[in-house]
Amino acid sequence: MNEKEDRLQRLTAVRPRLVSFALMHLRDRSQAEDAVQEAMMSAIEKNESFAGRSGYETWVFGILKYKILDAMRVQKRHRRWQPLEDEDDDDAIDRQFQQNGRWQESARPSSWGEPEAAFETENFWQVFDACMIALPDNAARVFSLRELMGLSTDDICRELDIKENNCWVILHRARLRLRACIEKGWLKEETA
Amino acid sequence: MMMCKEATRLMSLRQDRPLTFQERVSLRLHLSMCGACRECDRQFTLLHEAGRRFGPEHDAEQDDDGH
Repeated sequence: MNEKEDRLQRLTAVRPRLVSFALMHLRDRSQAEDAVQEAMMSAIEKNESFAGRSGYETWVFGILKYKILDAMRVQKRHRRWQPLEDEDDDDAIDRQFQQNGRWQESARPSSWGEPEAAFETENFWQVFDACMIALPDNAARVFSLRELMGLSTDDICRELDIKENNCWVILHRARLRLRACIEKGWLKEETA
Repeated sequence: MMMCKEATRLMSLRQDRPLTFQERVSLRLHLSMCGACRECDRQFTLLHEAGRRFGPEHDAEQDDDGH
């Protein structure tokens, strides 16, 4: 198999992961698929500019990141996101704590075991996926930019035009929501 | 005395920026006394790692085994 065909095959193989990665950020399937389409096209066009072999998928992800950021900018301009300042999900968080700031008995975190073992379970990723989708849009966007794309909160603030403090508040809530959702969906099933 | 809710704020924060000395001390003190928060802290770290693997880095690792 020549190199071009090999890369085409690898592109096809990684496509579903590219789509779910884009979906987490863009929260819209057709926009996510468009971004992936564009990234794949530009990977094919710029094929020559890729040097190594083992990092090919990483390289494609790198292209996708820029497409996602472009698409997010367009979204933000046209779609009028909910203001990032007032996520109204205080309730969901407050339900995890008592008035005095201690954990609610029903929400007390329990052990998820070894991270490596979790990551090797197909079910963990299904639950992770479902819980990401269940997040409010803004929380999911900020969390994805931070943890999936690996941007600093400083960069995210510039990208989304919010204050860094807001960013931290949103991330705190997103993590609390995610942990509660994953614990419910995953752990309960593992032990069932 | 810091309560769990506030402790989770610091646990989250430290995934995003280094904590100040003051913050580190109060978080460490709380964690030393609170098992539930120690689990939460591990979960936040796991989420951070899961996010990293969701993207390209995960792939790079697979490639090392697969090729």
